[in-house]
Amino acid sequence: MSGELVVALRGVTRHYGQGEALVRALDGVDLDVFEGDFLALMGPSGSGKSTCLNVIGCLDEPSTGSYRFRDVEVTELSTNQRALLRRHYLGFVFQGYNLLPRTTAVENVELPLIYRGVGAAERRKKALQALDDVGLAHRADHAPNELSGGQQQRVAIARALVTDPSLLLADEPTGNLDSKMSHEVMKLLARLNKERGITILMVTHEPEMAEYCDETIHFLDGRVLERGGG
Amino acid sequence: MLWTTFVLAVRQLARNKTRTGLTALGVMIGVAAVIAMVGIGRGATRAVNEDLESIGQNLLFVVPGNARGPGGRGGVAKPFTDQDLAAIREQIADVDAAVPVATMSTVAAWGEETLRTSVTGSSAEYLRAMRWEVARGRDFDEAEHTAGSEVCLLGDTVATELFGGADPLDATLRADQFTCRVVGVLAPKGQSSFGQDQDDFLLIPIRTFQRRIQGDRDIATIFVSATEDADSQVVKERLEALLTERRHIREGAEPDFSVRDMAEVVAMLDGVSRVLTGFLAAIAAVSLLVGGIGIMNIMMVSVTERTREIGIRLAVGALARDVLLQFLVEAMVLSGLGGLAGIALGLLISWGASAALDIPLVVDPLIIALAFGVSAAIGVVFGFFPARRAANLRPIDALRHE
Ligand SMILES: Nc1ncnc2c1ncn2[C@@H]1O[C@H](COP(=O)(O)OP(=O)(O)OP(=O)(O)O)[C@@H](O)[C@H]1O
Ligand SMILES: [Mg+2]
Repeated sequence: MSGELVVALRGVTRHYGQGEALVRALDGVDLDVFEGDFLALMGPSGSGKSTCLNVIGCLDEPSTGSYRFRDVEVTELSTNQRALLRRHYLGFVFQGYNLLPRTTAVENVELPLIYRGVGAAERRKKALQALDDVGLAHRADHAPNELSGGQQQRVAIARALVTDPSLLLADEPTGNLDSKMSHEVMKLLARLNKERGITILMVTHEPEMAEYCDETIHFLDGRVLERGGG
Repeated sequence: MLWTTFVLAVRQLARNKTRTGLTALGVMIGVAAVIAMVGIGRGATRAVNEDLESIGQNLLFVVPGNARGPGGRGGVAKPFTDQDLAAIREQIADVDAAVPVATMSTVAAWGEETLRTSVTGSSAEYLRAMRWEVARGRDFDEAEHTAGSEVCLLGDTVATELFGGADPLDATLRADQFTCRVVGVLAPKGQSSFGQDQDDFLLIPIRTFQRRIQGDRDIATIFVSATEDADSQVVKERLEALLTERRHIREGAEPDFSVRDMAEVVAMLDGVSRVLTGFLAAIAAVSLLVGGIGIMNIMMVSVTERTREIGIRLAVGALARDVLLQFLVEAMVLSGLGGLAGIALGLLISWGASAALDIPLVVDPLIIALAFGVSAAIGVVFGFFPARRAANLRPIDALRHE
């Protein structure tokens, strides 16, 4: 089933602080993600899952090691080139949503499209469609502070999906959803993966959700402990 | 893309009404304060100067007594005489006019109406020396001056207050113990910059004043106007020399008269108004500074939120320069609107003050440009540079900023 190699991490480390206070958030990670993969990242809290996702999402940079995205060595790219890589290939769902305050759901979802130069009418249409996909069409005009945690999370998912990214990185996308909604979201992700061929890398704490994925990658202390079939 | 950025910026401003309002207010107050303060200062200065010009800059006042007060040391100083006046006219070069002036407060009455005012007696050249115009009727003629006839000219205030709508010409007016016939009304000069109504007086020939009010032929003060291009300082020295001799002041002794030079007064007032303008400009500069600090403050306070916003924008695909452009446009729109509002407010205050204080409205485009420029620059700089710092962070650091 696996296609082309999309992400290849080799010996990636991410260190915070120095000396006594040194934290090895990532401590030599080797990871391959192929086109069409639907992977779950699991592991105890603090094991480096979010950090790993941030590095892959070009939001953070490895301290050492190599990160290839398709044919490109990301560690050698300029800030601007990394921004373009995010713009054209990546979608990100944050653990803490990160929606713009005082900005309606639909405007939040439109945001990535603005930077892709999509016209206003087209933007609105796509954003509403994406909100509909996550079951939030009726809350399009509400600002984040008028939405529940789960609803905010779904807006964040819609924002990541609206651009049809080739790689979707989701940090606990079901962390704040009830069981029913969690399954809905997982089915949506699975469908996107199957039908649109979007490669998905998802952090989760719930084995139940990892079930939807093809493979699970276990993290411990900043390293990949094991990789196994879902 | 530029249009989109503009729309984005305006929308972002609309979303943060408090921040937008406070920042624009800061710019507005800074700009308005500078424009209003400098405008009022300049207006007051111009008012004083116009006033002085309307009296004549080359005017000298000769009064008995010296700087220590009337009478100087010991006793009351001698008044001047007709001979002194004649001597000044004949013996001193560059004198355009020398007129005796006597003033007394009085209550003028016409029919049932009364008005507390003052009466001034002077000679034929008074109007020219003091730059008065006769608006209606006529000036006194030669015969009336020599005879000391009971005729008078009215200042505009007296004409309007005492006569209301009635025609004062040829009316007979009572002023305490004497009556006089109105032959003319003077053109109004308005308030002096010292808040005194210059039109509140009536003028009679000096002879009439001496006969009917003073009871003697003494001359209280002499106004001397030097010719247009004469140096009033030189004329002043000549006057002092002449009067010292005529009044038999011993060499080295304190004179019992003094000559005051209008140019000195002008110079002094000029200095005062310059200080005033400087003072107001300093207040304005402080306002600008305070406004600027206000802008800085609100920009700094919102840095955390804005840094997160920048992180989000970068994460969803913005380039650093997209974000910078947006923030630059935001800061410019904000400062521009605040600045324009400040210009409007500043002009409004200047206008209101000029109406209330009866001073000319002075609008200096340079000051407006300066005030606007400085405030706008502060707004743009402090809106833009924190944004630039944030846009150069790693997106994850911008997102985690607290
Ligand atoms: N900015 C930072 N400065 C210092 N240490 C950090 C920073 N970010 C993360 N860490 C540390 O790196 C380690 C990995 O963090 P990370 O967020 O990747 O964990 P996680 O696996 O996502 O945990 P969770 O399941 O709780 O989200 C943690 O020990 C954390 O304390
Ligand atoms: Mg995490």
